[in-house]
Amino acid sequence: MALLTLEGISKSYVTAAGPFPALKRVSLAIAPGEFVAIMGPSGSGKSTFMNILGCLDRPDEGHYRLDGRSVEALDKDALAEVRNSFIGFVFQGFNLLPRMSLEDNVALPLVYRGLGREARRAQARDMLAKVGLEGYAASLPNRISGGQQQRVAIARALVNRPRLILADEPTGNLDSHTSAEVMRVFEALNGEGITIVLVTHEADIAAFARRQVRFLDGEIVEDGTTPRREEALC
Amino acid sequence: MLGAMLHEAWQAMGANRLRTLLTMLGMVIGVGAVVLMMAIGQGAQYAVAQTISSMGSNIFVVLSGYTSVGGVRSGGGSAPTLNVADAEAIAELEGIDTVAPVHWGSVQMVHGANNWNAWVQGTTPAYLDARSWPLAEGNAFTDSDVRAATRVALLGKTTAENLFGVESPVGKTFRIGQAPFVVLGVMAPKGQNLEGRDQDDLVVMPLTTAQRKVFGTAFQGSVRQILVKASSAEAMPALEKSIEALLRQRHRLREGADNDFTLRNLTAVADTAAETTRVMSMLLGAIASVSLVVGGIGIMNIMLVSVTERTREIGIRMAIGARQRDILLQFLLEAIIISVFGCLIGLALGVGGALLVGHLTKTTVVISGSAALAAFAVAAGVGVFFGYYPAHKAAQLDPIEALRYQ
Repeated sequence: MALLTLEGISKSYVTAAGPFPALKRVSLAIAPGEFVAIMGPSGSGKSTFMNILGCLDRPDEGHYRLDGRSVEALDKDALAEVRNSFIGFVFQGFNLLPRMSLEDNVALPLVYRGLGREARRAQARDMLAKVGLEGYAASLPNRISGGQQQRVAIARALVNRPRLILADEPTGNLDSHTSAEVMRVFEALNGEGITIVLVTHEADIAAFARRQVRFLDGEIVEDGTTPRREEALC
Repeated sequence: MLGAMLHEAWQAMGANRLRTLLTMLGMVIGVGAVVLMMAIGQGAQYAVAQTISSMGSNIFVVLSGYTSVGGVRSGGGSAPTLNVADAEAIAELEGIDTVAPVHWGSVQMVHGANNWNAWVQGTTPAYLDARSWPLAEGNAFTDSDVRAATRVALLGKTTAENLFGVESPVGKTFRIGQAPFVVLGVMAPKGQNLEGRDQDDLVVMPLTTAQRKVFGTAFQGSVRQILVKASSAEAMPALEKSIEALLRQRHRLREGADNDFTLRNLTAVADTAAETTRVMSMLLGAIASVSLVVGGIGIMNIMLVSVTERTREIGIRMAIGARQRDILLQFLLEAIIISVFGCLIGLALGVGGALLVGHLTKTTVVISGSAALAAFAVAAGVGVFFGYYPAHKAAQLDPIEALRYQ
């Protein structure tokens, strides 16, 4: 059974020039454990699609089922709950809270799950260790490099052990070497069975994914499976 | 979760220390002003209450009429229209507790090298009871002293100090003219009356002694005033009418003729004074409360700025699972922390200020726990009230819009 099923999803925005259709009856199914790259130029609808996928926005039309549950039926609190426990977000700009230590940043989703302080600390430290930053728990985000910040953001996305990670241009602010490092972290997570959907417009980043979905003018114009980058290199 | 949120609120406020302190200052000044004004107002109320209780409760004063010679009218009490028999008749009325006829005037007194002009009240032992006036030392004179017109006296504290200095006057003598008087006792201090006159600057002696041996009068038994103490406050309105009717009848005044005496209800005067200070106290509190509201608006203003500044943070929090009520609670907590800390500092400054004012101006200030508690409750309420709108605004943000905010 698919982890995500989207059928006939449409979404328009009201602009000065009238309604602008960002998504036009898009359908897509993603199976558990897939690594999918969403590609397309600016304004193609991929960000809107990701927002709907991440339960941050609702479609005007169509059905979205997440792990068998119909998302349309969920209220705001239930959507927050899904974002908290089922999905992990990784953003282009890292989006760490600058005043908080790395440990507190990573532990933030656990606060909203209602975990106690000790449990939060232990899990946050585990996750920091997992992304190779065990010695940085007390540091502030502005004390570490961009690549390290993105790894902290990944640790935060992972701390509630989600089944799905949504990454929006996760390497957009990183140099190619650091980008490759971060992408290897995603690869490793995918190897553990976590489903990953990432938005990118860089072909070499998309090449880490086994499946590439291309958007253009609010529609899916290409949905292809390619061998993994390593396999391709062989 | 609350612990984590408190920690985060603390961090958020610590990130903008100066701004947090300035915001808090509004509450500090508001609460400080309320506490200070309440302390001063309640102090004034307390002082008036003390003065009123020093007058004795449920008291009427009947003053004799005035004399008029060639169109020149003297003050109340100058005509000999009241006498001891009037006092005895009033004592028979229903609702009376005590009646004390008083004949007064001022005399020059001498003790050794000291001399002093004091107010003499010639009266009966009932006077002390009517005015609820205990003795600090010695004993009061008795009815037999009144019957025998003995030359004995009780001194008010001020008079005693001016005539005898630090030594105890009890058992000693002073002179009025050439006549020696023995001091039987010293009366407990009462302080100023409502007009600000020192009530302790007086000499109390038997009525007959004052009438015959100090002032002398052509009208035997005449008194200048009669002090009447009612048995209860409720009995006063009826008693006022019955005293007036009795005296008009006794003085054979025709219908339509003016009273040849004046009846004053001291309790009504006292109530007016008490009411005045109460209103003043409330007014002070109300003015101070305005600054509390201004402080609250300051909190709202800064919290609105804070919500705008942290829009992206709110978006991030929502994306990783914060519910609307989590965001609401987060910002509300910050507003409440600012108010409560501001309140605590304001409370300390208000109490300190009140003590300082009391010390510097030698006035009574009353710092009551209930007023402090009320100020605290109001401050917390102001925090919730003015913090709610910005917090609600934050909670209602659209996560996508918030995440895009730069």
